[in-house]
Amino acid sequence: MEEMKDIVLQYVIDEYLEDPDEEITYETPLISGGIVDSFSMVSLKRFLENKYKISIPDEDASPEAFDSVNKIVSLVNRFLNK
Amino acid sequence: MSNIVSYDERVKNFSWKIAEDELDYKPGQPINIGWYCSDRICQMGKGDKYALLWENAMGVEKKYTYNDLRLTSNTIGHFLRSVGIEAEDRVCIFLERIPELYLSFVGILKIGAIAQPLFSAFGEESLFIRLENAGTKAIITQRKHLGKVRKIVDKLPNLKHIIVVDHDGKKELMDNEVVFSLETATPVEDLKIHPTVAESPSVLHYTSGTTGQPKGVKHVHYSLISQYLTTKWVLDLQDDDIYWCTADPGWVTGTSYGIIGPFSMGVTQCVLEAGFSAEAWYKFIEKYKISMWYSAPTAIRSLMKAGEEIIKKFNLSSLRHLASVGEPLNSEAVIWSERVLGMPFYDTYWQTETGSMILCNYPGMKVKPGSMGKPFPGITAAILDIKTFEPVAQGVVGLIGLKPDWPALMRTYWANEETFKKKFENGWYLPGDRARIDSDGYYWFVGRDDDVINTGGHLVSPFEVESALLEHEAVAESAVVSKPDEINMEVVKAFVTLKPGFEANDDTELLIMNFIRKKLSPLAMPQEIEFIEKLPKTRSGKIMRRILHAQEWGEEIGDTSTLEDD
Repeated sequence: MEEMKDIVLQYVIDEYLEDPDEEITYETPLISGGIVDSFSMVSLKRFLENKYKISIPDEDASPEAFDSVNKIVSLVNRFLNK
Repeated sequence: MSNIVSYDERVKNFSWKIAEDELDYKPGQPINIGWYCSDRICQMGKGDKYALLWENAMGVEKKYTYNDLRLTSNTIGHFLRSVGIEAEDRVCIFLERIPELYLSFVGILKIGAIAQPLFSAFGEESLFIRLENAGTKAIITQRKHLGKVRKIVDKLPNLKHIIVVDHDGKKELMDNEVVFSLETATPVEDLKIHPTVAESPSVLHYTSGTTGQPKGVKHVHYSLISQYLTTKWVLDLQDDDIYWCTADPGWVTGTSYGIIGPFSMGVTQCVLEAGFSAEAWYKFIEKYKISMWYSAPTAIRSLMKAGEEIIKKFNLSSLRHLASVGEPLNSEAVIWSERVLGMPFYDTYWQTETGSMILCNYPGMKVKPGSMGKPFPGITAAILDIKTFEPVAQGVVGLIGLKPDWPALMRTYWANEETFKKKFENGWYLPGDRARIDSDGYYWFVGRDDDVINTGGHLVSPFEVESALLEHEAVAESAVVSKPDEINMEVVKAFVTLKPGFEANDDTELLIMNFIRKKLSPLAMPQEIEFIEKLPKTRSGKIMRRILHAQEWGEEIGDTSTLEDD
């Protein structure tokens, strides 16, 4: 679990954070906070699907479900456990 | 009573002089949008009224009265002059939707310079192309985006000043970088307003076309006349309204109706600097008691998707009028808002080049869900035959044509007069869209007349994406088309052939997607990449995009006689 959290957090930092000095946590709002926009969310979803060999249906890939690293990890776990 | 009172009566008795008189403008005299948006409102006794109520995702609030707007824009204008910015110099605003964006826009116009707002999510390539084309002299940005500017500044000899509005002193600035902070700058009470006249350039917005690089759409200060009157009659802004335009000023809606329209009317407007979330948006409407809301179909469809239960948590009774822009508003969205919010979204149609609204639905006029509405009074519109450019009969699909005689129509494409001229045929300006007119005179959108992709209300050039794709090490050839999307109407899809040694798999797809997102923008990132062995081409080697487009949209492929043999 912790490992997944860190992997997702690092991916967000590497791919979406424009200001390298900005610090984010597992709870930082990603979508509503403007770090990841709705178009970029598609690439984040694709990363999760590739990395964890899962398929997240579009209806589950809501801005709310992607709004923090913790929420993303919960979402991924739902599909990992299916 | 609505401001327009009666659409039919306004059409019968229309003259742009109505707006000129209301703004106390006399032809031949100076006209400066920046002054109209701030100093004039203060002179009218509204200096203490709120101009801008701003909030970000973390709940931080900032409030600016019209007198604050006057002073801060004076201060920014004075600063720009002090570093050597002169009339008609291009000053790019590359900022998130923070207050400095709105205040800088007004300040730039006051000194007669040209405001060049750019969407802050643009990657360095998109930014470079637009700054190079405009010969931009200064860019106003923030720490977050400084890295992108630094990557390209050496290739931009005209770019003399990089102005950082939120420098925290932690990192050393480089040559040409300068700090400006509204919090520490001495307010400038009196600024000499540059005596711009009707045809003085004001704003340079960039838009994408099917071929070639993005085009800089040049507007002038006289555009205020139609931006003011359309704001008044279509958005129906009244003195006690609290207005929310959700558009980013990196695009034309965000300046024509997110700055110029409401400020020139002295209305209070709100800005939420945050990503989309249904809950945050409804909460914002409730908190600020928004009464007039101008949004976009993509946002409306996202709200629809979020469901109706969430709406019950909020008091949205302050809303009294809603409007939409960016792409055709589907009838389901109009019907949904009537049922759930108690009123329809009034669709408006216009584009970067038109500068102001063209075809609209008006308060007091029956809304036909899914229709674009009728021409704004003073706009002569028609549906034209695609070959002769003569008006066609009612009900026949053709090109939208507009007599080029309203104040806000673009004056040219920056350094691209040749392309500008191609937008006119037989005395009509052609926006590039197809439509038909029904028996009641309502216009109905049919489709674009070119390959430009309208995703979430933003235009993306297939050419620009294809060019960028070719810069990826794995890509041999590519073709970019739109594909249907429930929320954004359409999104970018790329067909790609790979160079030897590269594998067509999910990881390669993600690498290419992220490459385009960072290089161009998230909007331009293909939402799907399909790897194929060979692209469909004519015998002369031209990629036949229309075959791929038809495949995505489930349409007839049509004539394939020119398709090269296998």
